[in-house]
Amino acid sequence: MKEHPAISANNLTRKFGSFIATNAISFEVKKGEIFGFLGANGAGKTTAMRMLCGLLAPTSGSATVAGYDVASYPEKVKQHIGYMSQKFSLYEDLTVKENFLFYGGVYGLRRKEILLRLNDMLKRLDLVHALNTRVGELPLGWKQKLSFSLAMLHQPEIIFLDEPTGGVDPITRRKFWDLIYEAAHQGVTIFVTTHYMDEAEYCDRVSIMVNGVIEALDSPENLRSKYQAETMDAVFQELARGTITL
Amino acid sequence: MIPLLFFMPIVQLVVLSYAADFEVKNLNLAIVDYDQSESSRHLIQKFTASGYFTLVGSFRNVKDGTNVIEKEVADLVLICPQHMERNLENMRVAEVQLLFNAVNNQKAGVASSYCQQVISAFNNEHLRQLAMESTTSTPARLTVDVRESFWYNAQLDYKTFMVPGILAILVTMLTAFLSSINIIREKEMGTIEQLNVTPISKMEFILGKIIPFWIIGMVVMSFGLVIAWLMFGIGVTGNILTLFSFVAIYLIAILGIGILISTVTETQQQAMFVTWFFMVIFLLLSGLFTPVDSIPEWARALNLVNPIKYFVEVMRSIMLKGSSLSDLNSHFLVMTVFALGFNLMAMRSYRKTMG
Repeated sequence: MKEHPAISANNLTRKFGSFIATNAISFEVKKGEIFGFLGANGAGKTTAMRMLCGLLAPTSGSATVAGYDVASYPEKVKQHIGYMSQKFSLYEDLTVKENFLFYGGVYGLRRKEILLRLNDMLKRLDLVHALNTRVGELPLGWKQKLSFSLAMLHQPEIIFLDEPTGGVDPITRRKFWDLIYEAAHQGVTIFVTTHYMDEAEYCDRVSIMVNGVIEALDSPENLRSKYQAETMDAVFQELARGTITL
Repeated sequence: MIPLLFFMPIVQLVVLSYAADFEVKNLNLAIVDYDQSESSRHLIQKFTASGYFTLVGSFRNVKDGTNVIEKEVADLVLICPQHMERNLENMRVAEVQLLFNAVNNQKAGVASSYCQQVISAFNNEHLRQLAMESTTSTPARLTVDVRESFWYNAQLDYKTFMVPGILAILVTMLTAFLSSINIIREKEMGTIEQLNVTPISKMEFILGKIIPFWIIGMVVMSFGLVIAWLMFGIGVTGNILTLFSFVAIYLIAILGIGILISTVTETQQQAMFVTWFFMVIFLLLSGLFTPVDSIPEWARALNLVNPIKYFVEVMRSIMLKGSSLSDLNSHFLVMTVFALGFNLMAMRSYRKTMG
């Protein structure tokens, strides 16, 4: 079987009425890569990500994720990806264990297997004591780690993270990125959106979206030298300047 | 939440069954007796002994009598004219007059029929007496004695009629509202997105939504039947399995409607309003309060797609008449079509990928 890229987008476009949220973007993400998807609010990041996850049908253009066309086989795509949305989306009135049993069941995992993996994950997160706690009672940082673990539960090839570290302190963010690295080491492809430019530095490659199009795509080092900037933050400022902010 | 789900319908069943009583009792009767004879007193005594009427006073003239109606002290006035006894004894026709307060036409109608009963009993008695007294062998004119016998609800107890209907409505409302706000809640919480990004099939999703509410509906139904039996003495005359089989299908249909509403609306308010819209129409046309046969043609056509109407009919016919499966074939068939139809529509309208 020919090795396919983890994600490949080809003129992927999405319109809402006359508004073009994502305008003919094309890019490829290699397997095992940490791909940073940057852009200001309203630049079209989430729209693009939702299309790649099979949550939103493209208006035109195409994309394959894990080798499946997102428009034709969204359900096939979903079997191979994990997704952590911007909005925290575990069931708040279920316990950690119940949430994992439920989602694991949806992916067709057996109860024993789920509990084994969950136990393992909680140990690494140092959250074993939270097993039977209602998710609604946990602090935000823990919830986000759990969301990430949940997205990893069925051992997907690709994981989509939509602003996974929004609203948490720098230490928790740093720890969260340790989890991402760990997953990447295991060969999982990471597709992550973020507003934090320091996080962009952790990525293998980043793309910067401005007004629905990808303005730049390269490794952080190359981008810094290209735009003669000290930091990714400066690169971003340079590119995003003059765009509408919502 | 769970205790609430069971507790509320039970309270409603008990309270509403007592309250939704259309029986007319304790009608306030005023008397104007111009005759002051043995016969007139006998007639009045018949009225007061019937148990339907409470005597609120005797008045000397019609004006005073109608006055108490205007003041809403009396519901009706019985007027015995002068020479009533004389007319009776001469075997001529004696007349009495009854005046009703008909602001509540239903109540007045019922009162009028009670009066007919009392007067005809008085008549019969009088004629029988005449026949006995008569020396000649002239046949008595009273030969037809109409005796009424009310089937399936011998005492004409309103509760017998209402309890199965109210139970049907409560189970319907509970399950319809629970299911209609359910997916909305997931939309508002954002959990729907996490589900939509899993390979869960639409069928699994809809079943996952229906099954818990279906179980709740069945349990509440069982509780309700026990209450109907213990508190109101209304058991299931027919086969209880037939009843539960129908409820099982019916709940799937109602939940299908709820889920359908939940998939097409965006907020809880929208879902509630849409559910109310349908529930009120279905409920008022269902025959719970008014006979289905007396509604206009166009509304009857609407009733063909009214699941509540079928359910109320089935509840009453199985619980009171003891109807069997073969009597209710068409009801089962229609409800199965509804159950499949609404759920297929719900499955179609639920989209995992936004278009």
